[in-house]
Amino acid sequence: MREFFYAAGFIEVETPVKIHAPAPEEYIESVQSEGDFLRTSPELAMKVLLSQGCEKIFQIGSCFRANEHGRKHLEEFTMLEFYAVKWDYRQLAEFTAAMLKSAAGNNPVFSSHDFITVDEAFRRYAGVSAFEADADDTFDELMVTKVEPNLGTEELTFLMDYPASRASLSRLSAANPKVAERWELYRNGLELANAFGELTDSVEQRKRFEAANKFRAANNMHAYPEPVEFYAALDKGLPESSGCAIGVDRLLMLLCNENDIRNVRA
Amino acid sequence: MYNASDLKKGLKIEIDGAPWVITEFEFCKPGKGTALYRCKMKNMISGAGMEKTYRPTDKIDKPNLEEREMIYGYYDGDKYVFSDPNTYDEFPVSEETLGDSKYFLIEESVCNFILFNGEPIEITLPTFIEKEITETEPGARGDTATNVMKPAKIDNGFELQVPLFINQGDVIKIDTRTGTYAERVSKA
Repeated sequence: MREFFYAAGFIEVETPVKIHAPAPEEYIESVQSEGDFLRTSPELAMKVLLSQGCEKIFQIGSCFRANEHGRKHLEEFTMLEFYAVKWDYRQLAEFTAAMLKSAAGNNPVFSSHDFITVDEAFRRYAGVSAFEADADDTFDELMVTKVEPNLGTEELTFLMDYPASRASLSRLSAANPKVAERWELYRNGLELANAFGELTDSVEQRKRFEAANKFRAANNMHAYPEPVEFYAALDKGLPESSGCAIGVDRLLMLLCNENDIRNVRA
Repeated sequence: MYNASDLKKGLKIEIDGAPWVITEFEFCKPGKGTALYRCKMKNMISGAGMEKTYRPTDKIDKPNLEEREMIYGYYDGDKYVFSDPNTYDEFPVSEETLGDSKYFLIEESVCNFILFNGEPIEITLPTFIEKEITETEPGARGDTATNVMKPAKIDNGFELQVPLFINQGDVIKIDTRTGTYAERVSKA
């Protein structure tokens, strides 16, 4: 996997695991560590590197998410995260598919891929539009019970263009602002990756983090300090870029044909 | 009350006044979305199955369930009467609740009760009981190795399949969970 990145001109980086300010997200909780937090993802630190002139970077390392235990979840898991300046999110998807195919060697599990939009997938498998589901607050339930089990059954499936309300740290599509430049990747119903055409607008990003922080406060979740270094990087100027985060343990599940993530770690 | 994060396989919960046991459990968290707890469950009274998905903020009722050991006493012509060995409280149980277990009740045997709001909903008998065969075709001597079975009856009329070598008057062990023959205890 590393060889594929090196050959494509990426450099490997390492950013701190124990951090002062995680990205505020609605449903991701950090593990606390002596007044700081263990990173839930290396995203903000890697974006600071982009603002400082790095153009293609990747990192493989542990991330931590509190209270996530199950067949598909470990509290500590291994994340592969990478960013490429100037690439758009579709180009990133093609690269990701090629990288996974190469990493799998002779195992055919990642040998081909296809695309479907979130809205098409909802209409096909849940019988409603993704936007209606989002408005009715049934999006997550339908995703888990109806949509996900049907994704990636034959080949890698990129689930493209999330409703704008679920943009997270991605930018809205210029062609259709109802959706965000965000995809997730599935195989055998298992979510493998999340990717963004990165949001570079510092005003919009602050707005989203503030809204997430309000949601967190209303739901008794931990309040996070302001990510000042990340805000400074945004103000300085984050280049147009795309980035992807892959759950490495889940790749191993598929490569080893294992049904439980706890069986692929030491 | 339980929180959604308490849910797991084997947990017993109450929904609309009925007790359910969770038979399959999965923690889910669709990309950037809320955590969801998917449960398959079985109604502890009717045996009916159902699927339900909970969110982290959901609260779930705890059923008033109690496990107690009871001693089987007698049949009063309508109900099967058990009693608590400590308090001597009597618990009459209907034929319907017992099902086929009614054929395997032996006086003085210790049974495990699960009570829901004080009413027995599940009764577990000793795993093996001994019963005499009261009716069967004559046995085929020497044929002790084959798997061929024949019908036989015990004193209360319950019919089960036994090996060919079993004769009327033999005492056999019966598995009360399945109502099937386990082994021969003694010959007539």
